[in-house]
Amino acid sequence: MLSQEIKLKLIQIVGPENFDDTKVGRLVYSYDATPMFQSLPDGVIAPRNTGEVSYIVKLCNERRIPIVPRGSGTNLCAGTCPTEGGLVLLFKHMNAILEIDEENLTVTVQPGVITLDMIHAVESKGLFYPPDPSSMKISTLGGNINENSGGLRGLKYGVTRDYVIGLEIVLANGEIIRTGGKLAKDVAGYDLTRLMVGSEGTLGIITEATLKLIPTPESKMTMLVHYQDIEAAAKSVSTIIANKIIPTTLEFLDQPTLKLVEEYSQIGLPTDVKAVLLIEQDGPIKVVKQDIEKMSRLCVQERAVSVKIATSEEEADGLRTARRTALSALARFKPTIILEDATVPRSEVAKMVIAINEIAEKYQLNICTFGHAGDGNLHPTCLTDVRNHEEIEQVEKAFEEIFMKAIELGGTITGEHGVGTVKAPYLELKLGQAGIAAMKAIKDSLDPNNIMNPGKMFAKDSRKRVVVTT
Amino acid sequence: MTTTKERETIQWQFKERLSDDELLNCMRCGFCLPSCPTYIESGFQESHSPRGRLAVMKGVVDGFIEPDEDVERSLNMCLGCRACEPVCPSGVNYGHLLEEARDVINQNKKHSLVVRTVRKAVFKGLFPYQNRVQAVTGLLGFYQRFGLQKVAHKSGMMKLFPDSLSTMEKVLPPVPSLKEMKNRPSYLPAKIPVKKRVAFFSGCIMDTMFMRTNDSTMKLLQLAGCDIVIPSNQACCGALHGHSGEKNGAKELAKRNILAFDELDVDYIITNAGGCGAFLMDYDHLLKDEPTWALRGKEFSKKLKDISSVLIELEFDKQMLSLPDQVITYQDSCHLRNVMKTEAEPRLLLTAIQNTEYREMKNADQCCGSAGTYNIVESDMSMKILDSKMKATRATEATTIVTSNPGCLLQMKLGIEREGLSDTLRAVHIADLLLEAAQTSVGEMER
Repeated sequence: MLSQEIKLKLIQIVGPENFDDTKVGRLVYSYDATPMFQSLPDGVIAPRNTGEVSYIVKLCNERRIPIVPRGSGTNLCAGTCPTEGGLVLLFKHMNAILEIDEENLTVTVQPGVITLDMIHAVESKGLFYPPDPSSMKISTLGGNINENSGGLRGLKYGVTRDYVIGLEIVLANGEIIRTGGKLAKDVAGYDLTRLMVGSEGTLGIITEATLKLIPTPESKMTMLVHYQDIEAAAKSVSTIIANKIIPTTLEFLDQPTLKLVEEYSQIGLPTDVKAVLLIEQDGPIKVVKQDIEKMSRLCVQERAVSVKIATSEEEADGLRTARRTALSALARFKPTIILEDATVPRSEVAKMVIAINEIAEKYQLNICTFGHAGDGNLHPTCLTDVRNHEEIEQVEKAFEEIFMKAIELGGTITGEHGVGTVKAPYLELKLGQAGIAAMKAIKDSLDPNNIMNPGKMFAKDSRKRVVVTT
Repeated sequence: MTTTKERETIQWQFKERLSDDELLNCMRCGFCLPSCPTYIESGFQESHSPRGRLAVMKGVVDGFIEPDEDVERSLNMCLGCRACEPVCPSGVNYGHLLEEARDVINQNKKHSLVVRTVRKAVFKGLFPYQNRVQAVTGLLGFYQRFGLQKVAHKSGMMKLFPDSLSTMEKVLPPVPSLKEMKNRPSYLPAKIPVKKRVAFFSGCIMDTMFMRTNDSTMKLLQLAGCDIVIPSNQACCGALHGHSGEKNGAKELAKRNILAFDELDVDYIITNAGGCGAFLMDYDHLLKDEPTWALRGKEFSKKLKDISSVLIELEFDKQMLSLPDQVITYQDSCHLRNVMKTEAEPRLLLTAIQNTEYREMKNADQCCGSAGTYNIVESDMSMKILDSKMKATRATEATTIVTSNPGCLLQMKLGIEREGLSDTLRAVHIADLLLEAAQTSVGEMER
């Protein structure tokens, strides 16, 4: 609970219309898109500018009040669930595209800008911002940066991290700093920009960002490759890359996923094959055609049963949409879906897919797998029911095994969703004790009072995942 | 204000009546947010979004929060446009949950005496009786025809009402006389060799205030090759009751309609109002507690078709249609689009009209803010939404806005009036425009 005095001070900063501590007002910011996590904040605040953010942070730092910055609440690691109460900070007023610089190829935005709105704005100037998380229609750039979001185009173009070149940050003590800039080269000191990307709101509040843009590729082609053997599909991935082609997108969907996606979107996806690869290439039309032809040959060589090249943009878009809605389509099947993002070196994709199937079998679970095969980032997704406590325990065990396997294959526990609350107990698997200690040292020095999104990233005790806090 | 006891009852009934499965089905992905007009117009307030409202309902069911005024506010602010349903990956039946929740709150709320009296008069005394709807509409006609409207305008009496309401009064269509309203056909033969036998759902308001549109609709059906049966014992669809938390009244009307259309031996039941159509579609859900009726409701709704989709099926768009040179745009009726899943057909018909240019407006699929009585009870939000809508309309430079539901039609007329565009822009129901187009081309051929 916030004291009356603090409440009044907060209202003084942002105005009464931008502070809410009613029960309903708090309830609707008690969750994000992560199943099984809910916790009420003590208040919700919507600052109108960086100055106000700084005042809020100063006050919270003085009084040890947790702050949870939140975009549209679409993350999957319970990163914005206010597990320790405090203030949820919204950016609904700070949602302007400040500048599109066509000479330096940059866009400068406030954190509340919707990802797709920015993508449309730069596209109208012939420019291209590649990171395209599945939630981009509603996710904010502030959220994308804090979570270091990936997407379907990560293989060729990288992820959010590769496009953030400058930030304005409000530190835990209320100081405002600027990092990086519209610069292709900048080695002045530690790379704080990169440190902040993916920091999940645990180090500071990002209040402005300058992002790198590239020219829009001239053309694009899309194809769908069918397999009757999962290993053959996975093998095709490494063969394509070994043949020195880097496609824009190289997505994998297994049969259970295909069936549910087709049922939902009805765009004529094959449901009688064991797996498909969705492959896209962009660039100059001549090169694209060449690459598509070559890839299609390589796939057949790797025992693909058929290759279908989209003949119209409409058809291509249908295929992309199918992949984009995979997570959602699975949700129709069961009330609760738990989606993970274990990631391995791409040469190990086949082994990982097989391991996931074996683990699912072992624990008698319904796990569908799809994901960014090209960058080794898979989404094993468990269809379950939160009310079935026994099964949920099995799910826990299965995912723990999946994480262990990923690490064993040289991979990581999370490729793009972030650590948040969900993965915190497993972080040590990836980093080791010394690794955690190094990260904690950074956290402690930048946020000594632990007010910045506390309870995220670092677990209090490891390996206990299901917490429904009400 | 609700008392503690009322809150307890509401909470208990939420638990009883709101499906646990449905509520859990929302996985909070947030994909519905960009489709929600109130989320956007409220400046991105989660409590005015579908995901937020579902969380609020679940919060009450779980006993996490009490059903206080803010809960009611959040649920009341919803337009009920159901634009969130087609974009929902999990397929949550949001509309059903909302209606159930509103009904619980309403039935347990102590309204003031005035509100109680008015509600009783409207829901129990007026809409179930078509002759009374005719009488009230007749009074309006009397008011319009005998100069009272001018008197009211001149005296400034209308200024006593909220802005939207007094403008609304100006845009009401000239209503037919009581005699005309009482003298309705019960059968009309096809004008070309018969292709289908259909029944026409005439509706309450549509068959009085918008009688001309009903006439146009039936003429179109005749021209397209339909024999039409119009059962005289049919009733109001019950949408107004259902959306206002008067579920029992809605159920009574539903049963009367199921009986009226039973055994007519028709291929389709045709509606020309998206709002009614969607409610008729849901009869099986409305009557779910009475299995035999639910089954009959399902049979009933299987036959439902909007006028535009039956016209496309009968290839009316291939007939000669033309109009004087103009730019046409179309505003979706939310319920026609999101519940009856009819979105391509009206556009196909409009693009088939010669000499005209069809231009799609931005966000045509987003609610215009009419939403039944929403534009009167939630006037501020409704007008914000309407302003955005008119901006999108102006950008098309259209001279004709077409709609397919009476509420949307009035709202668009209201928008035109508010923007002072009545000299350059008109709003029409699609049936009226299509009939005009069919008659214009006949006129041209005769010349």
